[in-house]
Amino acid sequence: MKILEETVIKVENVGIEFSLNKEKVDSLKVYLIKFLKRDLKFTKFWALKNVSFEVKKGSKLGIIGLNGAGKSTLLKLISGVIKPTEGNIEIKGTIVPLLELGAGFDPEYTGRENIFLKGALLGYSKSYLESKFDEIVKFSELENFIDVPLKNYSTGMNARLAFSIATIVDAQIMILDEVLSVGDAKFREKSQERMKSLLNEDVTVLFVSHSIEQVKILCDSAIWLQHGKMIMQGPVNDVCDSYTNWIKKNKDKIAPEDIPKIKK
Amino acid sequence: MITDHRFFANFEKYKFLLFQLTKRDINIRYRNSILGIFWSFLEPLLTMIVMTIIFAFIFKRAIPNFPVYYLIGRIAFMFFQTGTTGAMKSIIGNANILKTVYVPKYLYALANVLSAFVTFLLSLIILFAVMVLTNVQFTIYVIFASLPVLILIILTIGVGLILATVTVFFRDMEHLWGVFTMILMYASAIFYPASIIPEKYQIILTINPIYAIISCLRSVLLDGQLYDPATLLFAAASAIISLVVGMAIFYKYQNKFLLYL
Repeated sequence: MKILEETVIKVENVGIEFSLNKEKVDSLKVYLIKFLKRDLKFTKFWALKNVSFEVKKGSKLGIIGLNGAGKSTLLKLISGVIKPTEGNIEIKGTIVPLLELGAGFDPEYTGRENIFLKGALLGYSKSYLESKFDEIVKFSELENFIDVPLKNYSTGMNARLAFSIATIVDAQIMILDEVLSVGDAKFREKSQERMKSLLNEDVTVLFVSHSIEQVKILCDSAIWLQHGKMIMQGPVNDVCDSYTNWIKKNKDKIAPEDIPKIKK
Repeated sequence: MITDHRFFANFEKYKFLLFQLTKRDINIRYRNSILGIFWSFLEPLLTMIVMTIIFAFIFKRAIPNFPVYYLIGRIAFMFFQTGTTGAMKSIIGNANILKTVYVPKYLYALANVLSAFVTFLLSLIILFAVMVLTNVQFTIYVIFASLPVLILIILTIGVGLILATVTVFFRDMEHLWGVFTMILMYASAIFYPASIIPEKYQIILTINPIYAIISCLRSVLLDGQLYDPATLLFAAASAIISLVVGMAIFYKYQNKFLLYL
């Protein structure tokens, strides 16, 4: 087995504090009235606290936990979309977030224009996109529709285009929220094939899922978050087993929609 | 580590994105209009004709060349208005993408100012055409117009950044700004001579940086003489202050944006 020593993601004592108004105050009028009545209530809570872990190059880390445990917040921190209140996050390499694939598309733009718009949002240069353009179009199987505005695309076509753009780059770090199931059966097979080739041993993966089965298949290590704190980290099977055991024990306390799918 | 400690960090990397966003803003503006970008020419031209019909006669003495007088004021003011309003909405309007991909957030505000500037440049063509048609003497001072224009760009970016930040937290800023720009428009002597304002209210024009920029532009383009350095200096100082304040508050609060989007 190849020994991979290089740390690509280093999360040190990271915490993020949200300070939100109890009621959503987003108008100046309401704010002023509440301010004068001294009625501005802020709730402060730590969405994540004291989270530390390291991810070595090529390892696949699963992040598990109930809804509201801070999984998505952690992914947002790592992808740089939000900043931690305390602690440090060090990233080596390019991150490709495969989250909300359709975000950033303009429905009035044609497929061609959207490739450049979305590509630019992901930080690709013009020449890079030009060189990869044919490949993106070919993979998405949208050759005949590439000059049609996106608003006339079906949901499946939209997803195919988004997937093809997002996965064109050779990512060093990939962030996945649930396994992608894109388009029809045929395309899904194709996209899963590409995922497999993308998730080769050099690519580091962060994977959030409610399905413990998927985490076990895809990941080699895992962390378990609860109420913003890290309960456990280690090899994927150990963490997942402790997590499922804990859920079985505390079934009554957990909202039914929170209970992840566990194979009986 | 991803760092956005400086506004212009990553600029090289996101140059293409800025271009794309600017292009999209222009496209959105003229979306579903048959004449498309030609409205950049037509709009100022048509309003100029209407305003000339209405006001040229009334102000015949004070403003000999009403079309050019009006066009200069209107073009400059419209750039400021579209640029700041666009920048104001740029963060809340792109909430979806800001939540998923890291992009320097100021790019959205900047793209809106740039797209408004493209429209400004296009309407300059109309201005110069009308200047030729109305026999305005072109002097060497025309090149000095670039200085007030630069100041106008800086002012628009600065005010745009302030508005973008405030609007994330207070959505009703949009309506307030709509009312404010209307007042500002009437207070900038765009379609009337500055002299009709009574002495004791002249202060409104004196402290209005938009009027300062417009009057500098009128000096060099219409009157063929250099502007009053003090007026230009006042405009420049306001622009730089607004940019510094804009950058400071945008930078200070941008990490909180996502919690309010």
